[in-house]
Amino acid sequence: MGKSIALIVNGKRKKVKAHAASRVLDVLRETLKLTGTKEGCGEGECGACSVILNGEVVNSCLILFGQLNDGDDITTIEGIGGKKKLHPLQEYFLECGASQCGICTPGMIMAAYALLKKNPRPTHDEIRQAVAGNLCRCTGYAKIIEAIERCATSNVKI
Amino acid sequence: MRYFKCENLIEALGLLADPDTRFPLLAGGTDLIVQWRMGGRMPEGVIDIGALEEIRLIIQRENVIEIGAAVTHSMLIESNIVRRYCPVLVDACRTVGAVQIQNRGTIGGNIVNASPAGDTPPVLMAFDAKVELANLSGRRHVPLREFYLSYRKTALKPDELLTRIIIPKHGPDEKAGFYKIGTRKAQAISKVALCVRAKIAGGAVNDIAIALGSVAPTAVRAPKTEAFLKGKKLDSFAVDEAKRTLAAEIAPIDDIRSTADYRRFVAENLLARYLEKASDAF
Ligand SMILES: Cc1cc2nc3c(=O)[nH]c(=O)nc-3n(C[C@H](O)[C@H](O)[C@H](O)COP(=O)(O)OP(=O)(O)OC[C@H]3O[C@@H](n4cnc5c(N)ncnc54)[C@H](O)[C@@H]3O)c2cc1C
Ligand code: FES
Ligand code: FES
Repeated sequence: MGKSIALIVNGKRKKVKAHAASRVLDVLRETLKLTGTKEGCGEGECGACSVILNGEVVNSCLILFGQLNDGDDITTIEGIGGKKKLHPLQEYFLECGASQCGICTPGMIMAAYALLKKNPRPTHDEIRQAVAGNLCRCTGYAKIIEAIERCATSNVKI
Repeated sequence: MRYFKCENLIEALGLLADPDTRFPLLAGGTDLIVQWRMGGRMPEGVIDIGALEEIRLIIQRENVIEIGAAVTHSMLIESNIVRRYCPVLVDACRTVGAVQIQNRGTIGGNIVNASPAGDTPPVLMAFDAKVELANLSGRRHVPLREFYLSYRKTALKPDELLTRIIIPKHGPDEKAGFYKIGTRKAQAISKVALCVRAKIAGGAVNDIAIALGSVAPTAVRAPKTEAFLKGKKLDSFAVDEAKRTLAAEIAPIDDIRSTADYRRFVAENLLARYLEKASDAF
């Protein structure tokens, strides 16, 4: 049983097969083995599971696989950058000490990435708003905001 | 689980008409998926209406604006029509969860979920909005004020779907305000929310509508306070008496998010904040 949907995952076309009632979070982590996306609360509060769906940041724990449509474009942290080549946002997170235990980091980067794609020069308040749905228990947020702000003002292309 | 992904409205209404396929309607899922997880089980089936283009439109007509039930909070925030004719609805949608929730959650889901703490119902009530409910045999319009029957009970029949929200255009001589008090600015369910829409000229109130969230089993209007304020000159006596009237009129409760006393106190002060600002601005 299961349902097959033609998706674009991190830029690659893929027919993905899963139960309609599975959460997109589980399909990413278990079917596609993209374990960079994390589960924190499982109920929409923490943003650890954030991914980008058709250009918008969403919580993958609150979307059922069946809610996806043919042609949907999903970007996860693996599509942003990795060990071989870090994305500038990831570089700034490292440089600013914006990641400690790291569980919130992929979600933070996805929220920041979605913001900078739409609004390359956000104000301090716009940055705070954009990550307001992403909880971090370690850093106290200041360094996260600083990393995003520095990336935004560095003129690198997102 | 039987998963019905609807391609059009008629298909969804057909599924609802048949008791064998009358499963929960799934729009954004930001309320339902959490409720299913908390309850520890999934339903036997779902009717997914999230992709129905027919109810994802915002349309402007001569005297009203119409918002499709599956329009998301983010679509409302970005809509020029809504910004122009009901800017406080934009203010309210901006306070719903955080971006991730605004990108998925719909106005129809917010209304039908019928939480007393939902953020869009007080605004829609203050604007005298109607909801359009449809089934296979037709459609009917119900003022949102009459849609909520009691705690989490609505006038929606088992075979009906909320299709549109119809908001009258109000004149530029009316000013509205939306205020929400929660634990923090983002991702917080309200302790109290208040929306006021009024026509004030020469310091006197010609017309006023006041609606609140989180102070009763459903979103409510405050008709006694409205009646008291109509025709009054907005001096400090009138504002004080309006606060007292409102405090006596609402019936908040103590719960995990706040206390009845705090809610009453904050509701009064939010009304005063609006009235003081409005009497200067007009
Ligand atoms: C972390 C988090 C924070 C939140 N913060 C807020 C907040 O600050 N303020 C707030 O108001 N809400 C908040 N919510 C609740 C929720 O996001 C909103 O109520 C949202 O608008 C629900 O829309 P939905 O499309 O996701 O609803 P769904 O979950 O899809 O549906 C909700 C209910 O409505 C019914 N339904 C949906 N569409 C229709 C229709 N067209 N016709 C008939 N029935 C229908 C469903 O069957 C279900 O019973 C929050 C939720 C989460 C998870
Ligand atoms: S795991 Fe999805 S928001 Fe927390
Ligand atoms: S770095 Fe540990 S939760 Fe953010």
